[in-house]
Amino acid sequence: MKEEKDKQVQKSSKQISQAVETARDLPVFLPATDIYEKEDALLVACDLPGVDEKSLEITLEDDLLTITGTQDLSEPEGHELLHRGYLSGIYRRSFTLLTEVDRDKIKATISNGVLKLELPKSEQARPKKIQVTAG
Amino acid sequence: MFGPELINWGLDPFQGVRGLRREMGRLFDQYLDAEPYPPVNIWASGDEAVVKAELPGVDPKDVEITVKDSVVSLSGERKAEEPAEGVVCHRCERGSGSFSRSFSLPFAVDREKVKASFANGVLTITLPRAEESKPRKIAITAE
Repeated sequence: MKEEKDKQVQKSSKQISQAVETARDLPVFLPATDIYEKEDALLVACDLPGVDEKSLEITLEDDLLTITGTQDLSEPEGHELLHRGYLSGIYRRSFTLLTEVDRDKIKATISNGVLKLELPKSEQARPKKIQVTAG
Repeated sequence: MFGPELINWGLDPFQGVRGLRREMGRLFDQYLDAEPYPPVNIWASGDEAVVKAELPGVDPKDVEITVKDSVVSLSGERKAEEPAEGVVCHRCERGSGSFSRSFSLPFAVDREKVKASFANGVLTITLPRAEESKPRKIAITAE
């Protein structure tokens, strides 16, 4: 158990996901993520440096949210690498939401390498105030 | 966790200490392996150096790049986004704070010609080599 955990130690400040091996010869990282809950929505913020809107895929299957983004893999041509502090590859992470989400109203924006997702809760999942009447 | 160690004490009184040392080593490795923030890749050719840094969520206005001879310094701040009232945080992994790093390049840089761009949270700095520092071919004249 402990050994297993050690294998997942952060490398070059990105956490490498090792659950499944990939077909493509690219490392897969877990992006650092914040998840907030408001009364009427879930807010997700995800660090995805080097990923633009075209190389990003977000899916919601049942209540499994999956974010996959491929980083820009280009490197300067005709240059020699002097120092490698980070690897480039694929960011991928899944979350089980545990909340009913209104699928038609999900908003996703990416700017400056940060993905922001707003997942509005469905009517049933929102807290409801119950009026108590004195009888 | 004490069970088997206590039994083995008779055979090797230092086993516990060794285990501790191993644990400490592992702890240090973990921190020494980690690249300081921000992670940076550096390339160079005969004419220029290229520095790339991953800075997602950092406003380009909050980043300062300074160049002196062959040393490039990168400093700035990643500002925390304050969530609104009544919001519960389930997962808070994205850090914030100020950072500062310096790199020594293999040659002096023409600081007038340094270019920096920011795209998708990745900062790219192109640093042309100073003319004076380029190797000069010396023609040999036959007498």
